[in-house]
Amino acid sequence: MSITTTDIEKVAQLARIRLDPAAVPELTERLGNILKMVDQLQSVDTGNVTPMANPLDATQRLRADEVTETDQRARFQAIAPSTEQGLYLVPRVIE
Amino acid sequence: MHELTIAQQLQGLAQKDYSSEELTLHYLARIERLDARYNSYITVEPERAIDAARAADRARADGSAGALAGIPIAHKDIFCTDGVKTSCGSKMLNNFIAPYDATVVTRLAEAGAVCLGKTNMDEFAMGSSNETSFYGPVLNPWATDSVPGGSSGGSAAAVAAHLCAAATGTDTGGSIRQPAALCGITGLKPTYGRVSRYGMIAFASSLDQGGPMTRTAEDAALLLNAMAGLDARDSTSLDTPVPDYTATLGAGIEGLRIGLPKQYFGAGLDPEIERAVQAAIAELEKLGATVKEIELPHTELAVPCYYVIAPAEASANLSRFDGVRYGYRCEDPKDLFDLYTRTRAEGFGEEVKRRILVGTYALSAGYYDAYYRKAQQVRRLIKQDFVDAFAGVDVIAGPTTPNPAFKLGAISDPVAMYLEDIYTIAVNLAGLPAISLPAGFAAHKPIGLQLIGNYFAEAQLLNIGHRFQQATDWHQRTAAGIE
Repeated sequence: MSITTTDIEKVAQLARIRLDPAAVPELTERLGNILKMVDQLQSVDTGNVTPMANPLDATQRLRADEVTETDQRARFQAIAPSTEQGLYLVPRVIE
Repeated sequence: MHELTIAQQLQGLAQKDYSSEELTLHYLARIERLDARYNSYITVEPERAIDAARAADRARADGSAGALAGIPIAHKDIFCTDGVKTSCGSKMLNNFIAPYDATVVTRLAEAGAVCLGKTNMDEFAMGSSNETSFYGPVLNPWATDSVPGGSSGGSAAAVAAHLCAAATGTDTGGSIRQPAALCGITGLKPTYGRVSRYGMIAFASSLDQGGPMTRTAEDAALLLNAMAGLDARDSTSLDTPVPDYTATLGAGIEGLRIGLPKQYFGAGLDPEIERAVQAAIAELEKLGATVKEIELPHTELAVPCYYVIAPAEASANLSRFDGVRYGYRCEDPKDLFDLYTRTRAEGFGEEVKRRILVGTYALSAGYYDAYYRKAQQVRRLIKQDFVDAFAGVDVIAGPTTPNPAFKLGAISDPVAMYLEDIYTIAVNLAGLPAISLPAGFAAHKPIGLQLIGNYFAEAQLLNIGHRFQQATDWHQRTAAGIE
């Protein structure tokens, strides 16, 4: 599977990363090389193999549905780029 | 004082040869005087360190001292430290003052360890050379024209240059063991889930694991005692009893069965490293171990498998860096999309962006089965290789890296860089513990012997490491330039 500059632009949009148009050709080549290396996986017969998500096949531990954390909003918002009245501010979305 | 191991410093503190305040001031003065050569620290915290040292001295006086009371250590800058900048080596978090402590940080502080500061690292732990750090590369204390390895390169260099008694690291594909090998120190990657990941900035959550980077296996045991164990705040941390890792350090290793994977001694391995590793294994045989060749048939699939799984998980984990709640935000965003895309374009470095893009591609519609699902299947085959091998041997031994530390800028092709981790990556995919021990030199630079253990065999790896270090002196060598 080879990757094109159009693929890269689409993926960058999905990943929310703005690309410098001048850098796209080289990026396409580098990503193409990584994907070519990764394509070795396609040669393996994995028909009956269960995908492995956790090395010990452990499952998520559950806990009782109780409040355990305290409200630290003011503390966390102190390091935010922009807040007002307890809300995070971003550029206007709806005019 | 800085030549001493933690075990020796604990004795010195107990005998009142010096106080923790004196020891801490000594390291702070060394960092101030010498670290410009290595760039191993991003942040040094003298006031906090001295306060912690005084508290440790008081605890010693009143009998309430923890197991590591007064020992000056450093944390990789991936571990959140309350009130202290936690950058993860990235411009994205250059202004991030963590509002809480990672569990590893809390536990080491509770044991009385003194935090001197935060060590340099590859950006978001993505790299094998420390060259991707926003704060500039770390230089190898053994050869300052060469890399220290990565991603925990600052921790490895700081320990090797005696700018701290020990440091924490994290290992997603070799990031503790590879820099430990290239800087001539001891580095342990525990079993996945052994050490809490809470407050450890996530790269690839199914692979990331924190561990100790020290001068000796004995010191690694002392640190792991404090670091390991169940944490309610990390749902993947394991509820398996934590032994006293120091209790079995001196046990005999007669009858230990060591497997040597044929695939770890093939083409691509530096001949000097091969000789050094064979000599180290011969040393273990002298101590009573037996050796046999084994097969890990899927070894060459480990790097391709990892470069699907790790970027895929990274692309999800790093989506949180959006310029809204903390960290970098671009100037004058014109709308929300512009805010996201420009913040991320400007805040992340090139390697991080490449991996996010690879991961996003691998997870995108139409490609998920071909990449992510396939890699998770191959991952099980790689794990099964180890399960089969451990049916016949107790530990697996081989080189930690194929090459000694390379020169800064020598590897610019990402794929070539990825292949430097060929012997360490499979261990993360399988979730196994492994240790790198100083075992000689190649081109006058240190190299590592890697021992891979079965699940939860950290005590056994530390025991073998300790016995090896009692019989050899590679771990006592220091670089010529170290004062």
